[in-house]
Amino acid sequence: MAVEIMKEKYRSSVREVVLGATKDEGGTRSHTIKVGGETTLPFLHFEGDIPNRPVVAMEVWDVVPEDWPASVKGFFEDVYNDPAAWAKKCVDEYGADMIALRFKSADPDLKDASAEDCVPTLKKVLEAVGVPLIVYGCGKTEKDNNIIGPLAEAAEGENLLLGVAEQENFKPVASAAMASKHSVIAQSPIDINIAKQLNILISELSTPLLERIVIDPTIAALGYGIEYSYSIMERARFGALNGDRMLAMPMIGNVSQEVWSKKEAFLEEGEPTWGDQAERSLAWEAATSMALLQAGMDILVMRNPESVKIVKKQIDDLMQDNSY
Amino acid sequence: MGLTGLEIFKHLPKTNCKECGFPTCLAFAMALANGKTSLDQCPDVSEEAKEALSSAAAPPIRLVKIGTGDKVIEIGDETEIFRHDKRFNHPTAVTIAVNDNEDVGTKVETVNELVFERVGQRYEVDMVAIINASGDAATFKTAAETAAAKTDKNITLVTDDVGAMEAALGVVADRKPLIYAADKDNYEKMTELAKANGCTLAVKGEDLNSLAELVDKVVALGYKELVIDPGSRETSKVLADMTQIRRLAVRKKFRSFGYPTIAFTTKEDLREEMLQAGVYISKFSGIVVLKTDKKEHLMPLLSWRENLFTDPQKPVAVEPGLHEVGEPTADSPVYITTNFSLTYFLVEGEIDSTRIPSYIISVDTGGISVLTAYADNKFTAEKIAADIKALGLEDKVNHKKAVIPGGVAVLKGKLEDESGWDILVGPREANGIQKFAKSNFA
Repeated sequence: MAVEIMKEKYRSSVREVVLGATKDEGGTRSHTIKVGGETTLPFLHFEGDIPNRPVVAMEVWDVVPEDWPASVKGFFEDVYNDPAAWAKKCVDEYGADMIALRFKSADPDLKDASAEDCVPTLKKVLEAVGVPLIVYGCGKTEKDNNIIGPLAEAAEGENLLLGVAEQENFKPVASAAMASKHSVIAQSPIDINIAKQLNILISELSTPLLERIVIDPTIAALGYGIEYSYSIMERARFGALNGDRMLAMPMIGNVSQEVWSKKEAFLEEGEPTWGDQAERSLAWEAATSMALLQAGMDILVMRNPESVKIVKKQIDDLMQDNSY
Repeated sequence: MGLTGLEIFKHLPKTNCKECGFPTCLAFAMALANGKTSLDQCPDVSEEAKEALSSAAAPPIRLVKIGTGDKVIEIGDETEIFRHDKRFNHPTAVTIAVNDNEDVGTKVETVNELVFERVGQRYEVDMVAIINASGDAATFKTAAETAAAKTDKNITLVTDDVGAMEAALGVVADRKPLIYAADKDNYEKMTELAKANGCTLAVKGEDLNSLAELVDKVVALGYKELVIDPGSRETSKVLADMTQIRRLAVRKKFRSFGYPTIAFTTKEDLREEMLQAGVYISKFSGIVVLKTDKKEHLMPLLSWRENLFTDPQKPVAVEPGLHEVGEPTADSPVYITTNFSLTYFLVEGEIDSTRIPSYIISVDTGGISVLTAYADNKFTAEKIAADIKALGLEDKVNHKKAVIPGGVAVLKGKLEDESGWDILVGPREANGIQKFAKSNFA
């Protein structure tokens, strides 16, 4: 008896979001990147379309990352004083699909750099690489609200992916994206209802912006509650495929930020049974990414080039057609 | 899954004899449908009814055992496709492959050492798979014997050669190893061996169709203690096949696929192999067999398995008690929070970012969050004060100051009375901790 293959037909699909803009489109990127557009759950090519492969963005900081473990800092020893060279190295040598530029210098506890201080760095990175950019502030909301507008304006038309709009603080980022033609990361705290609500708020501010939202569902590292993120993502994606347009956005996960603050990644000695830090940390970052890919992650923000390498290889494998 | 109460009722004797402990047959049927009683409580049920009801009520995926005694592994008995619907029941058995022509003793000893302590949990691999790479029956037998002597982990015997399988079973059958595998050429003899030794048998097809056919043939021989392998080996194809098997078993009750699955990695590069195994753990494999014996690769895999198979309806707790961030000294700050893992990890992460070594007391609130626990009287001044004493904080720090979450500022007065400590009211949300620490402890 022949097995009757079960194919789900979903009512709807994830929105396709274009990141970056070429010269013709008003920017200076060498190419754009599309994310999303799925009509089925992760990598089930046999029943739907996965038109765009998940992408890896590599992190670049505008300050020397003093506290990164030597095992990852070593890859950037020659460039981490120079964000533009650093970004270029990520793209040319390590195959980064995108660059996630973090303006750590703006942190009031670090350099308290102003928007004027940050703009030249953004411009240099835009010149150095052709890939689309993700731009994050320093992570402190009040300060980030002050710098995001000028940064967005300085890169008008580039269609950056701007981080991050939150429920209580979505206007600065969303308005900047609207005014200077960028896309926006909508971050919700592992909560599907807030994710939806935030997208509704942003769309009320600007209907066209609805087509340029990427959801950050807030991810946790492996071993630190990742299963919550995994299930929220599966539910969100299931909702999107079943017609919930306010959840039908591609998703981004800040893998490196979560992983590299965890003992499993940075502890040199670790527990006696934990093995070598360099190998352990890259495995932790890669395995966290692996799990998120299985829940539908479209953009992974990562740090260690060795982790990036194996995750990209796995994405190649997962993108192989598996039709019956 | 299963039948409704009314469907079950049709098969019952309708005598309302009350022997089962329920007032009527209908009430008994309803209880059966909810899994609250078992059919054998009914004294008058007919054989036909038993047959009809037990096959309909059987779980969509059979529960299968490998091994003996307290090391027995149970796999299968899964009822879901998404973990958010209901818990995945039986964690993937992580199995390390050992070739019979390598130094079996040394490799098995390495596998024995793959034990990790993390956040108060102990993780270890479940099984070794002895692979008949030599193609020689005597070598295979010796390897199985060596492995059995060196480890109390369960064993999978991997060969398509019936003679080699028989030879190895001759020395390790009492460990109830998994027999891998019956294929289209050897299935009759392999099934006989499995039956004779009371071992679970893996059935290997070349694709989904041939797998279903072969499973039916083995079942026709009267054996149902099975694990199934669709034969695919490329990551994407395995993902598709495992998804089909799970869907068909759970949604369609397709009996030929109503067994746990086994997947083998193929990647030569051990890091890539780890990620490949991760996909199979994520997507429905009952057993995954991989080569790497590196701690650094197995720790993330076993952690992921732990996470994936937790009960999504149950709050996840960290161990209550005293936790250290960095290397705290007698001057270090003391923070108090609950043992709900999401709360705890957020708080711990933020405290870590303050770069000030600190103590955290996670109060046992049964794994629920600050405000819920407060409302439920599980996060009270008395309880916190008792923890401060019991954990010996007064000997560990030279001050008497502790920080409570801003959401329960109301506890401050009573807690100061109860404990004799100065209580600082911290921020309401974890993301305020850095700022708070900077102004209070820097």
